[in-house]
Amino acid sequence: MQEQLKAIQQEALSKVEEVNDLKELQAIKVAYLGKKGSLTQVLRGMGKLSPEERPVVGEIANQVREAITTAIEEKNTILENAALEKQLQAESIDVTLPGRPVKVGGPHLLTKVIEEIEDLFIGMGYEVREGPEVETDYYNFEALNLPKDHPARDMQDSFYITNELLLRTHTSPVQARTMKEYNGEKGFKMICPGKVYRRDTDDATHSHQFTQIEGLYVDKDVKMSDLKGVLNVFAKRMFGEDRKIRLRPSFFPFTEPSVEMDISCKVCDGHGCNVCKGTGWIEILGAGMVHPNVLEMGGYDPNVYSGFAFGMGPERIAMLKYGVNDIRQFYLNDSRFLKQFHQA
Amino acid sequence: MLVSLNWLKEYVDIDGISPEELAEKVTKSGIEVDSVEYIAENSSNVVIGYIESCEKHPNADKLNLCQVNVGEETLQIICGAPNVRQGQKVAVAKPGAVLPGNFKIKKAKLRGVESFGMICSLQELGFDEKHIAKEYAEGIFVFPEDAPVGESVEPLLNSTDAVLEFDLTPNRADCLSMLGVAYEVGALLDKPVNLPSEKVNATTEKAADYISVKVDDEKLNPYYGAFVIKDVEIKASPLWMQNYLLAAGIRPINNVVDITNYVLLEYGQPLHAFDYDRLNSKEIVVRKATEGEKIITLDDVERTLTSENLVITNGKEPVALAGVMGGANSEVTSETTNILLEAAYFDSISIRKTVKATGLRSEASTRYEKGIDPNRVRQAGLRACHLLEKYAGGKVLEGVVEFDKLDRSEQTVAIDTKTINHRLGTTITSDEIAKILERLQFNYERNDEQFTVYAPTRRGDIAIFEDMLEEVARIYGYDNLPFTLPTGTTTVGGLTKKQQLRRSIKNYLEGVGLLETRTYSLTSETYVRKLVSPEIKELNPTPISLAMPMSEEHKYLRLSILPELLKTVSYNLARNQANLAYYEIGSIFVTDEQEVTKQPDEQLRVSGVLTGKWLENLWQQENKKVDFYVVKGIVEGLFNHLELPLRVKQVQIPDMHPGRTASLLLGDKLVGFIGQLHPALEKELDLKETYVFDINVEAILETHHHEPSYMQIPRYPSVTRDIAFILDDRVAAGDVKETIEEVGAPLVKSVQVFDVYKGDHLEEGKKSIAYSLLYQDPEKTLVDEEVENSYQAIIAAVSEKHGAYVRS
Ligand SMILES: [Zn+2]
Repeated sequence: MQEQLKAIQQEALSKVEEVNDLKELQAIKVAYLGKKGSLTQVLRGMGKLSPEERPVVGEIANQVREAITTAIEEKNTILENAALEKQLQAESIDVTLPGRPVKVGGPHLLTKVIEEIEDLFIGMGYEVREGPEVETDYYNFEALNLPKDHPARDMQDSFYITNELLLRTHTSPVQARTMKEYNGEKGFKMICPGKVYRRDTDDATHSHQFTQIEGLYVDKDVKMSDLKGVLNVFAKRMFGEDRKIRLRPSFFPFTEPSVEMDISCKVCDGHGCNVCKGTGWIEILGAGMVHPNVLEMGGYDPNVYSGFAFGMGPERIAMLKYGVNDIRQFYLNDSRFLKQFHQA
Repeated sequence: MLVSLNWLKEYVDIDGISPEELAEKVTKSGIEVDSVEYIAENSSNVVIGYIESCEKHPNADKLNLCQVNVGEETLQIICGAPNVRQGQKVAVAKPGAVLPGNFKIKKAKLRGVESFGMICSLQELGFDEKHIAKEYAEGIFVFPEDAPVGESVEPLLNSTDAVLEFDLTPNRADCLSMLGVAYEVGALLDKPVNLPSEKVNATTEKAADYISVKVDDEKLNPYYGAFVIKDVEIKASPLWMQNYLLAAGIRPINNVVDITNYVLLEYGQPLHAFDYDRLNSKEIVVRKATEGEKIITLDDVERTLTSENLVITNGKEPVALAGVMGGANSEVTSETTNILLEAAYFDSISIRKTVKATGLRSEASTRYEKGIDPNRVRQAGLRACHLLEKYAGGKVLEGVVEFDKLDRSEQTVAIDTKTINHRLGTTITSDEIAKILERLQFNYERNDEQFTVYAPTRRGDIAIFEDMLEEVARIYGYDNLPFTLPTGTTTVGGLTKKQQLRRSIKNYLEGVGLLETRTYSLTSETYVRKLVSPEIKELNPTPISLAMPMSEEHKYLRLSILPELLKTVSYNLARNQANLAYYEIGSIFVTDEQEVTKQPDEQLRVSGVLTGKWLENLWQQENKKVDFYVVKGIVEGLFNHLELPLRVKQVQIPDMHPGRTASLLLGDKLVGFIGQLHPALEKELDLKETYVFDINVEAILETHHHEPSYMQIPRYPSVTRDIAFILDDRVAAGDVKETIEEVGAPLVKSVQVFDVYKGDHLEEGKKSIAYSLLYQDPEKTLVDEEVENSYQAIIAAVSEKHGAYVRS
């Protein structure tokens, strides 16, 4: 019987060794270890053995069963791995083919610039204010120290609707409206972005519609050096930490003193080049200390309050920052233009 | 203002500073210098020569053979200029000379005859056309008889001069004069200003015997001064004066006209010379023109006047349009011998009105419009007399005949060191302020830290403390201001709810693949009424037009963003950009007034346009064209994003596809529309199949809650039931859905269409729509019976209301 068991073991092991298919392996398992398997058949004959022989043969039988089971399991693992390997190989794809496209939209370049400036000033405690694009002559001009016969009105030829209504020529009326709203009672900081309109023929540097962002800070003890400090922060954040600024005296009816701010040219680092027309400086914005007449008309006592204001053109900033060389691009909405400024 | 630096040197010492450095200094202290231009490029070895003889070249018709005395020698030079003559003094480039463009002059042989140098035109010496007097525009330049032979041509031609172009802001009219510029530059360089001579050797004859002056309106004309100069000889003005005028952009004419122009530029005071004898009168009367009165001005144009125009008359008829242009009837001619010279002060507003009405803008009117110096009016007249005596041989009669109500007082402005430093954030001392005032040549009284400044009348822009603050600051230098940050009231920055909502909408639309555009708010008459949303149309708005549009294309304020947005689509299609998904957020302008008197309602809207392919996934053969449901999906997504319940109804809108257009509703409120453009409009605009949406953002803002409150996540299982109805084709799926929701409430939590079928197995005109219903009770586990009862109730209601039956 022992020989019989050994023979079964040998036979089974060699079959397991040869088999290359999981189903066949399963069949082998059934053929030897199943209820009707050959090992089971042999063991049924154990009852005929003597009590002395029984434990010895039992021991051997267990060893045989163990050996066959182990062999089958090992083979099973090998075959399963091989099958998985085969499946994975079959499933392999060309990862260099393009993915399913997802539509990507994005903001207009001007919006991107405006929001960047908004966020910068919000961080410095400025609220964002808006106002009507169709303005009254009063808010667009008179409240800003530009009475009807003021020569500076020539500076900005306007789109009038009636004698008293026009498309605002700047966002400054929002400043006047904000002062009125606070009614001379407390200090405030605000910026006002928006669309403005002037009677200009559209060309590479002019557009009858464009955008502006103005800012206004009114409080007790506002100094001109504060204006310089705030503009410096703005210029560095917007154009790079290594930019320098300079202020030049200028003229705006609603500020006195008035200044223009230049930043050092990034292209030549201030040494002079084509972009800065050899001066090393690029004009960015206009600013100044709020004119006492404007404060007064806004309900603020110019002996108690002072303030500074600044105004800039997002188109100009976008042109400088991104190298756009024709202002009409902002309004043509050519998709090849719009798609260039996807990233948030 | 064009500033010749050689001319400027007559009044202020600018030696040792280059034109570029000066330009930089002036720019930094308040007047932008737009350009620095040199009169001529460099040349060397060009001298004044005297043509001793001039004969025809033996072998060439058009050439002349000249013997030219250039001082130490006489050169034989061949010259082809048509205007060359014996006896002229000319510019001679001697052999070895280098002309602009590195053109070297050598001795040469021309048609067998030797030539030693070249007689030059101003162009050849590198002069720009605009710096060449008309008579020398062609041919060689001829010097006056007294020009020194053998000397360099440079001083007489002013060829080394540089001209700075000042871009003046409206407040700095003082720099519309060389003297004003001299004061400015003097202040910047800390140099004194030398004033020109106004000395006159008056005759014993009295001007008052020749003329009287009467002024009707002393407000419009507070000063009128008349000078009489006899026996003038009309001829060319001195070369230096011509050069300065050319440098300043004015063409020389004759000595009398040139002198009035010269003094205009020098003092900033307009002057006018009348031919005294052609006045035909011994009186000057300044009055308002009568309605319809006519004058022929110097430019030979007849002008019809109104009572807004001020005129100078001879007592009978106008002889000049005050402050703007003289009359042809009294113009100085080559025959003129006696002159009446006018130096007057006219009110700027009156002049501006005349300029606007006539369209005549001159050097004179520009200065009057911006305001002149009351203390220089009479002085300028005297200066001109001095020059007329000197360069026109005139005899100046004694006395100025004048009407004089002119206020010549100086503005006083009180300033103090403490307030100045407080406003600037600086630590300037009182002595430094005093020094600045001296540099500006402003008179002042000082009491320790207190100053009373007498602003000179040439600086009409200085009236209040802040004006002086600016003067002190700019001379002190803005570069010297410190950088500080505000220390006042703490303010909280941020966006309003509306601004936040706008950003949220933008982020959503960009996230689902739309590009933001910015189009014009002004549109044409043809398009302003197109694609106006139904709820705006209900208001019967009047399109608002500009009083004076620049073009028909941009005449009306938009009532919808869509028309201009569609134009950008046409623009892109024409450039082979066929797949577009655009949106814009901006205002439309709505008024219900027939004639606008009030500001219109500016309503914020968001509009979109989509055309071409929505999804293009070539190799997986998954291509999706934009269709109604793509656009609707985007809009539904937007409302989901904002947690707003959107309702959609079929609607008919002009210019929209009648079967593919829907209105958008929040509750019962119309808030916009979506759909396909009418094919006729698509054709008109050269568009392909195009879909649009247009939504009122203000309405969203009213309904939108920014703070959602937490809803308990259901703890009990839900049950799904599907149901398919057979319906008439015209029944809207959305209506059935509303009925299901109504009847199914509160247990039915969601109703989804999952199949729509038409065709085989169904009657003609019928369709099948299948809905999936989700039942849920937040309080307990659902009982079959509840669901079944609800299900049956829904079937009954839909059958009754929509004529449906259940598909088995
Ligand atoms: Zn540069």
